[in-house]
Amino acid sequence: MIAINDLTFAYPDSDFRLNIPSLVLEPGEKVAVVGPSGTGKTTLLNLIAGIAVPQSGTVRLGDVTVSNMGDADRRSLRAGRIGFVFQDFALLEYLTARENILFPYRIAAGAKIDDAARTRAVQLAQSCGLEGKLDRRPGALSQGEQQRVALCRSLIMKPDLVLADEATGNLDPANKVAILDLLFARTSEQGATLLAVTHDHELLPRFDRVIDFAIFRDAGEHAA
Amino acid sequence: MNAFFLAISYLRFHWARSLVLIVVTALILSVPIISQVLLNGSQTALTERAEATPLVLGSRGSQLDLAMNALYFSDDRANPVTMADADAIWDSGLGLPIPLNTAFETNGARIIGTSVEYFEFRGLNVAQGRQIALLGEAVLGASVAERLGLVPGDTVVSAPQNLFDLDGVYPLELNIVGVLAPTGTPDDEAVFVDIKTSWVIAGIGHGHDGVLAEGATSDDIVANAAIVEFNRITDDNIDSFHFHGDPADYPVSAVVLVPNDARAATMLRGRYLDADNPVQIIVPRDVIGELVGRIFRIKSLLDAVTLIVGGAALAAVGLAIFLSYRLRAREMQTAFKIGARKSMILQLIGAETILILCIAGVIAIALTFAVQTNGSTIVAWLLAT
Repeated sequence: MIAINDLTFAYPDSDFRLNIPSLVLEPGEKVAVVGPSGTGKTTLLNLIAGIAVPQSGTVRLGDVTVSNMGDADRRSLRAGRIGFVFQDFALLEYLTARENILFPYRIAAGAKIDDAARTRAVQLAQSCGLEGKLDRRPGALSQGEQQRVALCRSLIMKPDLVLADEATGNLDPANKVAILDLLFARTSEQGATLLAVTHDHELLPRFDRVIDFAIFRDAGEHAA
Repeated sequence: MNAFFLAISYLRFHWARSLVLIVVTALILSVPIISQVLLNGSQTALTERAEATPLVLGSRGSQLDLAMNALYFSDDRANPVTMADADAIWDSGLGLPIPLNTAFETNGARIIGTSVEYFEFRGLNVAQGRQIALLGEAVLGASVAERLGLVPGDTVVSAPQNLFDLDGVYPLELNIVGVLAPTGTPDDEAVFVDIKTSWVIAGIGHGHDGVLAEGATSDDIVANAAIVEFNRITDDNIDSFHFHGDPADYPVSAVVLVPNDARAATMLRGRYLDADNPVQIIVPRDVIGELVGRIFRIKSLLDAVTLIVGGAALAAVGLAIFLSYRLRAREMQTAFKIGARKSMILQLIGAETILILCIAGVIAIALTFAVQTNGSTIVAWLLAT
């Protein structure tokens, strides 16, 4: 479960201010975050992941309070319990699809790429329709395939939470649906919570819940 | 984080950039060492050979050109002197003259026309075959034989002096009768013939069909352009070879003088001090000693230039690495979001720099080793060109 209470955040030298009195995501819940650009949707993901630290309030992920953790612990939390999917895929061009999927193992402290990890990478890739493409580099893959690789990378460490930041933003309509199908299916299999920032309103009915950042703005608590 | 795995993957993917960085770094590392190795080798080769050559007689002019040509068979040839000058030394009884005619080449190697005393003087031994005995025979230096793949029984043709001079000197096919043992000196790069054979190459001596009609007297010469001039000296035609003109006027590039003793050397030098005399005697040790001194003074300057260029090249390499990491800011940001430490970039820079330095270091060591192993050959080639 993710629980945010009385959270306030502001960037230095900026009039941007984010106030979230209360926000709770249940385990396994699929939640979409919508709202105009610059309202703090990505900032919310960064705060939950411990990339940014709130000025006040708490962010809890399961049994740990992210906002109180030290830098190393938050890094460790991201590497082990949170998966990221980015709009621009953010794959390493010089690694194959297989090595991109296994990349979190290379940066997570204490993680080791063993046979089990390799097998899991192959299984994930197969479940995302990447058979026969594991040894290709991103430059040799289509955009839809690159996002599938990024999706596999986000799930390889069996995270409790997957944060998707405009994950379908660079894809054509067919691939948008396909990637969202995969995102839903794979996170459901793992029982992971999905929090997805999106501008694609036609996809919203598929989520369990939609958080419109306008409610924070309407409440006068959030200034973009 | 497996920094080295990521570094290797990155370097392999950007192989062209990596190759440039590695080659530049290898050159920065190896050029100063190689230049030092070659300079030390040159100094040794120059000094040893100069000290082993008491005196050299040649045309008045550049003492350095004369020494370089007579000792290292370089292209810097002064005007030739004549056999009369060599004979004058012999007649004086003060020393042994060893004539050298270095005017011709074959397959990039200098043809040295000389007398048999030269081989004894330089301590040159025949490793294969035998020593020169007849006109038209040649023995090869070890490096020339290896480079051209020639053995006794093969032939080698002298290079024409001028391709467009139809009336000029025609190439002569030389019979290889021996190959010298390697010495690590310019002798390894030379083809040795008898001095008379060099005069045949020069066109002073030649052999051809009979020029008398059958049953005619010596007044009935029938020579014309149809007469075949031999371009190879064989057992069948060697008797027809003859020379024209006064042997005393035949050209000699230089004469190595081996004086009987120090007194004889002083006397010989004294006889050729007159600045109006077209012939001079030099002491190679003094001439080469001065050259080596200049080389090492220039070396100090070159060291400074190398330091500056090397520093600039290193700065360029550093800038290239720095810019590549600026370009990888997005990658680093992604890695950080996923859970990498911010110091990951430092680890990657370190791993890639270590890899580049290690590979470049291995190449630099290999280059230096190769130069050091073949140092004497390279030095001999450098001195001859």
